[in-house]
Amino acid sequence: MPQINLKVNGKEEQRTVPDNTLLVDFLRETLGLTGTHVGCDTSQCGACVVHVDGVSVKSCTMLAAQADGCDVTTIEGIGTSDNLHPMQEAFHEHHGLQCGFCTPGMVMSAIEFVSKNKNPSEAEIRDALEGNICRCTGYHNIVKAVQSAAQKMGG
Amino acid sequence: MPEGISNEGIGASVRRKEDKKFLTGKGRYTDDISRPGQLHAYFIRSDVAHANINSIDTSAAAKADGVVAIYTGDDVAADGIGGPICGWVVPNRDGTSTHEPPHPILAQGKVRYVGDHVVAIVAETLEQAKSAAELVKISYEELAPVVDLAAASSGAQIHDGMAENRYFDWELGDEAGTEAALNAAARVIKLTVRNNRLIPNAMEPRAAVAEYDDISETYTLYTTSQNPHLTRLVIGAFMLNIPESKLHVVAPDVGGGFGSKIYVYPEEAVCTWVCKKLGRPVKWTADRTQSFLSDAHGRDHINNVQLALDENNRITGLRVDTLANLGGYLSAFAVVTPTYLHGTLLSGCYDIPVIYTNVKGMATTTAPVDAYRGAGRPEATYLLERTMDAAAHEIGMDPAEFRRLNFIPKDAFPYQTAVALQYDTGDYEAPLDRALEMIDYKNFEARRVEAAKRGKYRGIGLSSYIEACGIAPSAVVGALGGRVGLYESAVVRVDPTGTVNVFTGTHSHGQGHVTTFAQIVADKLGIPIGNVEIIHGDTDRIPFGMGSYGSRSLAVGGAAISKAVDKVIEKGKIIAAHLLEASEADMEFRDGKFTVAGTDNEKSFGEIALAAYVPHNYPMDRLEPGLEETAFYDPLNFTYPAGTHVAEVEIDPATGVVEVVDWACCDDFGNLVNPMIVEGQVHGGIAQGIGQALLENAHYDEHGQLLTASYMDYCMPRADNLPSFKVDYTVTPCTHNDLGVKGCGEAGAIASPPALINAVINALSPLGVTDMSMPATPEKVWRAINDAQASAAE
Ligand code: FES
Ligand code: FES
Repeated sequence: MPQINLKVNGKEEQRTVPDNTLLVDFLRETLGLTGTHVGCDTSQCGACVVHVDGVSVKSCTMLAAQADGCDVTTIEGIGTSDNLHPMQEAFHEHHGLQCGFCTPGMVMSAIEFVSKNKNPSEAEIRDALEGNICRCTGYHNIVKAVQSAAQKMGG
Repeated sequence: MPEGISNEGIGASVRRKEDKKFLTGKGRYTDDISRPGQLHAYFIRSDVAHANINSIDTSAAAKADGVVAIYTGDDVAADGIGGPICGWVVPNRDGTSTHEPPHPILAQGKVRYVGDHVVAIVAETLEQAKSAAELVKISYEELAPVVDLAAASSGAQIHDGMAENRYFDWELGDEAGTEAALNAAARVIKLTVRNNRLIPNAMEPRAAVAEYDDISETYTLYTTSQNPHLTRLVIGAFMLNIPESKLHVVAPDVGGGFGSKIYVYPEEAVCTWVCKKLGRPVKWTADRTQSFLSDAHGRDHINNVQLALDENNRITGLRVDTLANLGGYLSAFAVVTPTYLHGTLLSGCYDIPVIYTNVKGMATTTAPVDAYRGAGRPEATYLLERTMDAAAHEIGMDPAEFRRLNFIPKDAFPYQTAVALQYDTGDYEAPLDRALEMIDYKNFEARRVEAAKRGKYRGIGLSSYIEACGIAPSAVVGALGGRVGLYESAVVRVDPTGTVNVFTGTHSHGQGHVTTFAQIVADKLGIPIGNVEIIHGDTDRIPFGMGSYGSRSLAVGGAAISKAVDKVIEKGKIIAAHLLEASEADMEFRDGKFTVAGTDNEKSFGEIALAAYVPHNYPMDRLEPGLEETAFYDPLNFTYPAGTHVAEVEIDPATGVVEVVDWACCDDFGNLVNPMIVEGQVHGGIAQGIGQALLENAHYDEHGQLLTASYMDYCMPRADNLPSFKVDYTVTPCTHNDLGVKGCGEAGAIASPPALINAVINALSPLGVTDMSMPATPEKVWRAINDAQASAAE
């Protein structure tokens, strides 16, 4: 069982994990960070997206051991309820969530996307979110939220 | 309305109170809950569609690392554990009743679909349970699968004593009258329509955590349920045979349901059953493939339709013969969905003098089929709205005008349909007109010509739908074979300081009740919504409830809350009259104040609340202290939302891809409490309907293997498959609940598939294409184009 050292939401973690532990299970079960969700078993839904060294990663496709030495950010590390991240704020403002299950993954994917594209078109946003499934919202309001956050974040 | 809260009451697009926990990862879904010392359950599912079980050898698995216990159908039988029950039965045409075969929570003797539950393994970790599953040897004697719905009646017998694999053979309406209308018709439009089978796919997979406390002798079950009280009733009274008071069911945050989480499934019952036997909590969470295999599927009808028209193009009669696929076992609402929720909607928005329908509910060796977003109403609307377009095409009339000609006129309400329902109110032309205006219907031809220049086929299609929401009243439901009441409960508990806790028997799994219900209470009491807490999803805290489905939450649950608030106000008036030494008859309540009419003598709501809990000067001879009221509200009728959706598409002949380029809809949901939330519900419904029309299909092969059992094979709508939507409303308030509300959750999923398929056919009609089955996948559309071109060339 390898020992891994990583930073999660700014906090150093040193743990011993079985080799086959997925990053998502490590986050949810070992660290109790249950904001990252599991919606599928084929890496298609994006409910589990986190940032690893600033890049969006489906944490169900990565082993915890592969995150050794990395900087991992989960939804819990993005903003708090008194101090929402602009992307979280935009989802709230534009009703970009219903049941909330896809939301952490959506927010994480969207944040990385707008960091690279400050002034995206509707089509570009729809394209960028193609790896995340939401069954509730019909995406209309998610797209609006991402567009508005992109502007606020320095478009 | 006092200063500062005017933007929070009924009619305001208040931002949702529930958002922040979800946005920050603090939601608490069932799989987020872990109990100390918990074990993990894993289910071995049948990998064959239809077979006798010869033997199950668990000896090697029992010795595997971490395994604590293994259970089979024999253990279930030995403990006398019952199965999920059917919540509604219907009479057959010959007067007998629905055939209700047993549905054991672990298969006994036979398996009836791929995914059927056969063995439960409980181990220290999920990985250990899964590894041990590899060591279980099950010997099957395979039987012929029954997959083809059209031929199911002649297939191998699935249940003992059930003739022709038919659960029921039900009818509604006037058969002789309808035949007479068809015989006398100037024209009869005939159509066969298939409603494709879908898988609900709430993003949160089903899960359960069960534990037993041997001191209080109480079970607690956390589960992904749309209606925790019914879960408690079914698991307690019908499956495990334990006192209901000893079973506490909590449905915490639930990540979408769409119908699939209404029902009680074997897994949660197994966890509850064995947590006591093992003396430790037991947890189970589905992975997505398990969800595909064993969540209740939706739709799957074949309809034969005959529509009679007179020489003025008025509809004179309708006959619909339906085969409904219900799968290997009868799920809770499997019987009512294709019958009373489907047959009764066949009049649509139209004045149809005579209707007859026959529905045969068939068993096949596939997963159980039950209510999915809309439940029966989408199936009825699809066949009717496809038929309306086929008729308009055949008589050469504009489809919008043909609908308009046949609409129930707005002065004809209340309108008694030929299929049992009485619509209380409506105006179907207003939303039609508005939707056509929003999409610029009259200039469509120019857009078609322009698209043709770019080599694209452009089409426009519409559907005018009606829905029956808030299924009710209990007496009628009971007379029609329902086994539950369909009221809703609410407790409004006012604190001494005037803040309010509302306990509702509905359940929110994304619909935003915490905000909508708080708006109703705040509006009526004249207090800020921040002073109102909505509590749901917990059988220990709420008197009783029927949960959320069928767009019943606001029209039934919200109305119950409103009624309880009225009782609070009535009691408050008596207290205020006493304090103000006035006559009760003179008391008025407005803007959060109890006032003596015509004076400025007043007491605030907060003062009255305090007096109720500190009853120093109190009408003790008349009233008990405290300020808490309960209401059970049983509606007089369904509510009837209606509207028109219009889809505009472009088809690329080179690829067959259908691009939805524009969408406009205008719905009448009665009064709107929170327009922002309503709009979100409409969007979600349309997306699911577009999914059905273009992408989604549950596909079994001829052996009964589900070929679409993951997101790699089952095509879910993603952001880049959908357009943005233009949404608007007209309002005819519901006449029989005091909020005047109707329900909005399912409308989009009901209206959108026919609008879209009508648009696809319209786009291809210049080629001579007159039909297209769902889903209109690129391959299917490409073939239709090529076949049409080939036959034109001949
Ligand atoms: S859980 Fe990772 S993509 Fe679905
Ligand atoms: S909000 Fe429910 S899945 Fe996206």
